[in-house]
Amino acid sequence: MKHTEIEIQSLKSDVKQMWNLVANQLSKAKKALLENNTTLALEVISQEKRVNAYELKIESDCENFIALYSPVAVDLRLILSLIKISNTLERIGDFAEGIARHSTTEDCTDIDIQLIEDLAIEKMIDAVLEMLLDGYVAFESENTKLSGKIMGRDEAVDTIYSNGFDVLSNYIQQNPSKAYCALKLIIILRKIERMGDHCNNIVEDIAFYVDAEVLKHNKDRKSKQ
Amino acid sequence: MIETKNINFYYGNFQALKSISMKMEANTVTAFIGPSGCGKSTFLRLFNRMNDTIQNTRLTGTCLIDDQDIYEKSVHVDELRKKVGMVFQKPNPFPKSIFENVTYGLKVNGITDKKYISERVEQSLTSAALWNEVKDKLNQSAFALSGGQQQRLCIARALAVSPSILLMDEPASALDPISTSKIEELIHSLKSEYTIVIVTHNMQQAARVSDKTGFFMFGELVEYSDTKKMFLNPEMEQTQNYITGRFG
Repeated sequence: MKHTEIEIQSLKSDVKQMWNLVANQLSKAKKALLENNTTLALEVISQEKRVNAYELKIESDCENFIALYSPVAVDLRLILSLIKISNTLERIGDFAEGIARHSTTEDCTDIDIQLIEDLAIEKMIDAVLEMLLDGYVAFESENTKLSGKIMGRDEAVDTIYSNGFDVLSNYIQQNPSKAYCALKLIIILRKIERMGDHCNNIVEDIAFYVDAEVLKHNKDRKSKQ
Repeated sequence: MIETKNINFYYGNFQALKSISMKMEANTVTAFIGPSGCGKSTFLRLFNRMNDTIQNTRLTGTCLIDDQDIYEKSVHVDELRKKVGMVFQKPNPFPKSIFENVTYGLKVNGITDKKYISERVEQSLTSAALWNEVKDKLNQSAFALSGGQQQRLCIARALAVSPSILLMDEPASALDPISTSKIEELIHSLKSEYTIVIVTHNMQQAARVSDKTGFFMFGELVEYSDTKKMFLNPEMEQTQNYITGRFG
């Protein structure tokens, strides 16, 4: 294998490790939230430093690769995509940490389980996790056939998010004394919805790398995916 | 390890190198870059005393290889060149067979053991990434090879006498991109066994193959640092202007 190919494999490998770590963080944050598991939440919070370290390393390695190897064509598209994907994964990692932090606050420890179910938070996080893992498969296999499926899931996440407002509004009307904690759940819903958007951004970055397609701000091309 | 201390070199009254001090660690690739006439090739040729034969030149300062001053009277140039091989810009195979080209240095050094010679030929051609292409035609003329193959043959010829240092003066500038890529891959693979110093006009090549880079201008070493740093965040404005193409 050529020297530049070895460098590229190493960069890809780092991004894939970061990807797995972030998916793991989100999975644990979900469990911490649903089971009110503070220990697990603290674990997610402490692991966030590793996510940040990956982002810095990948960025620095990509800068060096551009400076030393002057990549063109697919190599250039890959390096640009890796920088963006690592930035996006870091943001998803931040949101996972934010969800975990919610489980460590003591002011809302007795959230109504039925409310969590009505908000479909578990379903929402699972959809984002599937987007994240399908994105990983698309990246690893350099295949954008999964793009449409992933973007379709984001629409489902958005729908759950919109419905969440009605659910919370009704809940607050019926339980005014619990309004404070119910409102805090909007922040959680918002974080999950943003993670879905970020997974979409990753799909766009993979399409740019693999097919040289610019899907960003282009609804026509996105709908064809 | 190569170390120079306050090197000044003159062609007649013209000072080609000005107070150059630098260290090149063992098993690293060091690239010299800079505009034509900046002194980088002159500096490279000091390491195996190739400048000795040029009339009306003068050298001051110290040039150490493995802590030995190579310009001391006790140093034999032939012995030095066994230790410090050189590859030039244009492939320069001898008008002999491939086999004889590789064995030339061994024979000059009085080695006659046929088994040893055969082994060295295979090892050297393998190290130069040429063995698989020529193993069935070792007795053919070296001139029958392509330019890129000839250059790798010259590298094999240099490696045959087991040097520890390999000097390369624009080794790929006369080659097409595929042959250039093979030479660059070769430089990467040779690094584990040899200390390599390469002069190149191609900045991207310096960036791709070297661990450290020295930027020369008007006979001065303007900057010498890790290649990553040199090409991402050079210290000196002159370096930045040169590598970004703003110079001149």
